[in-house]
Amino acid sequence: MANSQQPVCGPCGTKGLCGGKGLLTLKDGAWASNPLAIQMLGICSALAVTNRLENSLVMGGALIFVCVGSNVLVSLLRKVTPHRIRMIAEVGIIATFVILFDQFLKAYYWEMSKQLGPYVGLIITNCIIMGRAEAFALQNPPILSIVDGIANGLGYAVVLAIIGFFRELLGSGQIFGRTVLSDQWYTSNQIMILAPGAFFALGIVIAIFNAVKGPEPEENK
Amino acid sequence: MSETSAWVIFIAAIFTNNILLTNFLGMCSFIACSGQIRTSIGLGTAVTFVLTITTAINYAVYYGILISAEEAAELGRAAPLISTDLTHLQFIVFIAVIAAFVQLVEMFVERFSPRLYFALGIFLPLITVNCAIFGASLFMIIREYSFIQSVGFGLGAGIGWAVAIVLLAGLRQKMRYSNIPEPFQGVPIAMVVTGVLAMAFMGFAGMVSIQ
Repeated sequence: MANSQQPVCGPCGTKGLCGGKGLLTLKDGAWASNPLAIQMLGICSALAVTNRLENSLVMGGALIFVCVGSNVLVSLLRKVTPHRIRMIAEVGIIATFVILFDQFLKAYYWEMSKQLGPYVGLIITNCIIMGRAEAFALQNPPILSIVDGIANGLGYAVVLAIIGFFRELLGSGQIFGRTVLSDQWYTSNQIMILAPGAFFALGIVIAIFNAVKGPEPEENK
Repeated sequence: MSETSAWVIFIAAIFTNNILLTNFLGMCSFIACSGQIRTSIGLGTAVTFVLTITTAINYAVYYGILISAEEAAELGRAAPLISTDLTHLQFIVFIAVIAAFVQLVEMFVERFSPRLYFALGIFLPLITVNCAIFGASLFMIIREYSFIQSVGFGLGAGIGWAVAIVLLAGLRQKMRYSNIPEPFQGVPIAMVVTGVLAMAFMGFAGMVSIQ
């Protein structure tokens, strides 16, 4: 689902202070319009893979890779892609990069591939990537699209890592599979590992983002 | 191939392994379209229909074409049409099947039942990007279901998704009158409510189990 197109300098507010366009793009993607916490895109995978920090980081990496790759390719082809078939072209490009990553994971990190299960494939239907290709890469040159891909991927990865960190810590008292909170005095809270914990964690993270960022100037549904 | 009966898989996909509340699939449209009960029923119906049929089609495509001849023999299935291993193409093929099917349904409904088209029409394009549909096809392959099991799973997953979105829509309608802290208004509180819903559904665990 392509989100509504944003003005390049809209959410920044103080227009005079924005430096180069690249820097602005970076800031916009990673913070001001963070794909996960502000735009609510790509929630599925954010909930599913964050029961362990390690999984979250791999998923974040995957998204950065696919987002940068597809952004560059869409941007390079933007002048030769007929407007009518651009959607299917974008899906094809995105799927290619996802397949690359999936095959790489299967070849070198079989265990991780097993744990992530279908969620690697589901990156294709992750609205962040499609949204960026549609809203940004189609109108901008490749270099800027790389920055945009990194920014949005990073914005997603950071939120994923935060959620993964707290869920693993509270749910099993571990970080990266090593016990941090000893079970002698910490009773692990299983609910954080299970499905409801994911919903609670993401809800709270979004609420914190909202609180820090202040009230939205305009309501976009 | 697992031995579980299709009926058990159907029940499990609705209650214990709800595709939305335990596998988190289809969250985007779940959050975006759960404002009103009427809308959510329409979307739920459309998803159930498309999900069941595309799971069946993707089953046929995967085991009829994509799978390699050796693997098919290993699983005790009939030899595929093309003996080469094409399973790495499954993502792109599944997406194409879903997109094509949705387009087809849209055309048919528009031609033969304008009333249904107005009721469901606006939801159909949304469904192409609904990850529950695509995810169900992937789960079906990973869990190695037979054809009957796949249909049971597809139908159950669709109904489970519809039940969850209608429940949330009902809750959100009531929530308009409650006093929610400012940062939590909108999506965050919907998330937390969904969490509570997921917790309630965990009460079904142990009734049936798959996998």
